[in-house]
Amino acid sequence: MRKFGLLLGGWLFYVSSLCAAIDPALLAPLAVDDSEKRIAAIAALAQAAPEAALPVLTALADESLAVAGERIVRLDGERVFDAASNREIAPPPAEREPISINNRVRRELAAALAALRLFSSEREVRWQAVQEVAASADAKMLPLLDKALAGETDPAIRNRLRLAHAQASLGSDDPAIRLGAVVALGESSDPKVRQLLLPLTEKRTETWVEADSAVRAAARTSLRAIEQRLAWADNLTRAFTGLSLGSILLLAALGLAITYGVMGVINMAHGELLMVGAYAAWATQSVFRAHLPDLLDWYLLAAIPTGFLAAALVGVLMERVVIRHLYGRPLETLLATWGISLFLMQVARTLFGAQNVEVANPVWMAGGIEVVPNLLLPWNRIMIIAFSIAVLTAVWAMLNLSRLGMFVRAVTQNRAMAGCVGVPTGRVDTLAFGLGAGIAGLGGVALSQIANVGPDMGQGYIVDSFMVVVLGGVGQLAGAVWAALGLGVFTKFLEGWTGAVVAKIIVLVLIIIFIQKRPQGLFALKGRFVDA
Amino acid sequence: MSALALPANDNPDWDSGTAELGHVLKPGQLDLSHKVILYLEDITVSFDGFRALNKLSLTIDSGELRCIIGPNGAGKTTMMDVITGKTRPDEGTIFFGQTIDLTRLSEPEIAHIGIGRKFQKPTIFENHTVFENLELAMKTDKRVWRSLFAVLDSAASDRIAETLGLIRLSAHAARPAGLLSHGEKQWLEIGMLLMQEPKLLLLDEPVAGMTDEESERTGELFLSLAGRHSLVVVEHDMAFVRQLGGKVSVLHEGSVLAEGRLEEVQADPRVIEVYLGR
Amino acid sequence: MHPSLPRQPFIVRLACAFGVRGWQMAGLFLAFALIAVPVMHLVVPPESPLHLSTYFITLTGKILCYAIVAVAMDLIWGYGGILSLGHGLFFALGGYAFGMYLMRQIGRDGSYQSDLPDFMVFLDWPELPWFWLGSDSILWVALLVLVVPALIAFIFGYFAFRSRIKGVYFSIITQALTYASMLLFFRNETGFGGNNGFTDFKRILGFSITAPETRVVLFALSALALVATLLLARYLVTSRFGRVLTAIRDAEARVMFIGYDPLWYKLFVWTLSALLCALAGALYVPQVGIINPSEMSVANSIEIAIWVAVGGRGTLIGPVLGAFLVNLAKSWFTVSFPEYWLFFLGTLFIVATLYLPQGVIGLYARLRAGRQRPPGNPTVGAASGAQPS
Repeated sequence: MRKFGLLLGGWLFYVSSLCAAIDPALLAPLAVDDSEKRIAAIAALAQAAPEAALPVLTALADESLAVAGERIVRLDGERVFDAASNREIAPPPAEREPISINNRVRRELAAALAALRLFSSEREVRWQAVQEVAASADAKMLPLLDKALAGETDPAIRNRLRLAHAQASLGSDDPAIRLGAVVALGESSDPKVRQLLLPLTEKRTETWVEADSAVRAAARTSLRAIEQRLAWADNLTRAFTGLSLGSILLLAALGLAITYGVMGVINMAHGELLMVGAYAAWATQSVFRAHLPDLLDWYLLAAIPTGFLAAALVGVLMERVVIRHLYGRPLETLLATWGISLFLMQVARTLFGAQNVEVANPVWMAGGIEVVPNLLLPWNRIMIIAFSIAVLTAVWAMLNLSRLGMFVRAVTQNRAMAGCVGVPTGRVDTLAFGLGAGIAGLGGVALSQIANVGPDMGQGYIVDSFMVVVLGGVGQLAGAVWAALGLGVFTKFLEGWTGAVVAKIIVLVLIIIFIQKRPQGLFALKGRFVDA
Repeated sequence: MSALALPANDNPDWDSGTAELGHVLKPGQLDLSHKVILYLEDITVSFDGFRALNKLSLTIDSGELRCIIGPNGAGKTTMMDVITGKTRPDEGTIFFGQTIDLTRLSEPEIAHIGIGRKFQKPTIFENHTVFENLELAMKTDKRVWRSLFAVLDSAASDRIAETLGLIRLSAHAARPAGLLSHGEKQWLEIGMLLMQEPKLLLLDEPVAGMTDEESERTGELFLSLAGRHSLVVVEHDMAFVRQLGGKVSVLHEGSVLAEGRLEEVQADPRVIEVYLGR
Repeated sequence: MHPSLPRQPFIVRLACAFGVRGWQMAGLFLAFALIAVPVMHLVVPPESPLHLSTYFITLTGKILCYAIVAVAMDLIWGYGGILSLGHGLFFALGGYAFGMYLMRQIGRDGSYQSDLPDFMVFLDWPELPWFWLGSDSILWVALLVLVVPALIAFIFGYFAFRSRIKGVYFSIITQALTYASMLLFFRNETGFGGNNGFTDFKRILGFSITAPETRVVLFALSALALVATLLLARYLVTSRFGRVLTAIRDAEARVMFIGYDPLWYKLFVWTLSALLCALAGALYVPQVGIINPSEMSVANSIEIAIWVAVGGRGTLIGPVLGAFLVNLAKSWFTVSFPEYWLFFLGTLFIVATLYLPQGVIGLYARLRAGRQRPPGNPTVGAASGAQPS
């Protein structure tokens, strides 16, 4: 109803400029307290004078239509208009009795109003209207839809109108019309249309729901076409959710691809660095809420650098205090960083409590784009994909174009030689680790938008992130990207078959088997210095 | 100097084939009927497009002492990797004797049939004593089940003691091998090789880090081994190569550039160019 | 004569693995566990200061099982150089296998008074799934305890070691395996009680599981199992097998080029280690009274490594000591300062790896060596045949 009211604002303005009159005889039945007559009157009004009927019917829906003596008047605040001529009556008649309607009439009225709005001059209004009409089209609306089709120029709306028309025609008594409708409906990709056609191919108590065999056959063909399109949309949805899961995996694993993949440091506290980033996003949100409530919707922009810096700082500390002393002893590094992860988890628990904290999506990330009727791409997923692409590009540029990146590559290939030619290997290690940690922090900021933020959140990602890096091939950014996206899409498609938990188990087992076959991962580095 | 008398082994499985013609071979037994112990034919190995070995062909005669020289990156170590099964060639064949195709065997199997290898960097078991290092290398049944119940008998102890004397480490027998000097580690590794009783010894820079005196003794040892064993020595030290005096193969960019006596190859203009500049 | 034919019966050689001092220590420990503890728990009245409480028996019995796991972990990690993050899995599998028997022993005393375990009634299962067949026989279950984890370890290890997966790579893969198994056991459909696992045991071999006598017997069995494990481990690490194993840890390439195939050595010690873990798990479950999938969590498996690291890897008594130290600290912290336990454990991981490469045992040896002679003669790496006493 509220949406209705909103639409009306612009609407009334448009209509008030029209001064077409309505035959009062058509209006009279509205005043009679008989639902059947009222419904008939609504249909008649809508057909006879679509433009002029709109304000009247809207008023009826708002219960601001009244009987004043012989006349039916429309109330607009303090002002009173004659419903037939749409002229203001001054002074307003003293006696007026509002017309109240029941729910049955209200339903019909809503459909009729939607149908009327098909003639709006604004595309958006017509688009909204055609969606509503399509939901409840029946044979009575056919003349109206014919009229709308004749005047409609926008191809998308014409398309929807044609579908609605076909849907309405299904109720017709003429098999030829029904046949035409069934064929036309075959072009839909709306699951509702499928529900509509399905009964036509079924028997109910020994008799076919649809009597005409030609229509039945056409319905079957149309159903097949629709189902094919639906399956397509389903697969597209899976591919999309798979991509978004892949982006999440990538964001979680990208930092690890640097610290483990490039530097060879096995960091079990990586998940906790994600956690640091997520808590940083939460803290930024809290600060905005307290001090900059007007900009609250944009806190995420500030959270990105905050998350990066917070995690990078923790990373630099970790490297300086612990990891630095364990280079070349990977198993010890594994244990020590596990200790750090326990420590960080307890710090988070002590500072922020054991419960999850609430990080809200900004308004601009709510909702999504509906590509086809059952393929909705939510904004927050799209944003995460875009964000992971941005982070990936930045990391790639950092490694391949910047001086630090060159140093990192030099140090990882030959530490002693790099040191000899003047690369400050110690500082490079610290910075590279800080960079990897900071990227984990960025991943954490992204995760805060779609996952729970709590002290234990990091633990859930550690196995997945390592799987991505190991599968992709150590030392390879490209490998991590393919592995993450591949794993994401594969998992989502598998989930369709097996359910989430079994899919995850299967994926893990497949990775384990794959690693046996190719210990170097998808993108193997080969050479005499690489010890398999 | 032939202090090392290799004991006759009464277990036929462990025995080598002989050079007689017309003998019957057991599967996996070494056939030296053509007096050639190792054939490398058209071996190619590439790493990401870089050809470490390029159609390398080389034959080593039974009992020969061969030196391999060549500039850095010529493929010497890769060649050893290929022979010992560490790296599989992309193309080409390697035969040990007439019948054993080395490309089909794993590293332990290759070691087992009688090819011993000394690494460029001395590789010994630093946490084990010198004695234990030799014991582990000793030729015996090296399967898990045997090693679970193995007991060192007196013949084996004698043999270890003998080798200890040969490599001059008797005094250090009970010390952890990690405490030895670099030269001593080289000797220990050579000792371990001898304990394996291999038919063919591959030695990658065996005298690096040794004093002149140590290096000369090593040369004498190798010369005494030649004849009964075949040796392939990769070395940069020309004095040592001269001391060994056998045939020399020059490797360059993954294939054999020249072959012959040291003086001959040193006079070869192509070799001079490779070594002195391009 | 073949050089490696044994000349003495194996049992004698096994017994000789402990020296005189080793047997003295083992005898003392067994006398305490098999005689003193039962007397002090069952006979000595509760008022007496010499009485041992049920809490003590359960806690110590539990830690004895952990100690077996620690020794098993030390065999593969301390001696073999392979850090497994999958030992929690084998421990839990042993526990689950024995838990099946304990669940069957509940009989009709469960809340649904059915022949089926409660969780199956709850899931509306009409009968026992096939893998529960025979679980009412303790012999069959004992076989399962040993065979299933060992078989899984063997198959997994065979492929992993054959592909030459080592170091951190192996750790990560075993971690993934454990994680996948945990997810599997969390499912109700898997048939092992889902989240809740097995609990509310009533009897073992018909005896009440909470009776003091039963507890004492389980405690004694754990102590015996620990001594047997130590004896076996001691024999292994002092045999040629043990020397090959440490050689593989230190220079695998050299081992291969002198003709040993590391695959079978690693596989043997890996499978044995898994089997010991499973045994410990089977002893653990009746004493603790519960087994659920969280035993397979990644954290649990890594904690095993820290017991070994704290005690001193590459020694045999070290892991036992480490298991006791860490777990006593844990039970003290979780009662007194639960919020500081993770701080402590985290710090322990860091300190042990940074400052105690040889653990408490190594620290003790260093201090003693420092007192006896001036420094300057560093000990090299892990002592491969360290004393168990």
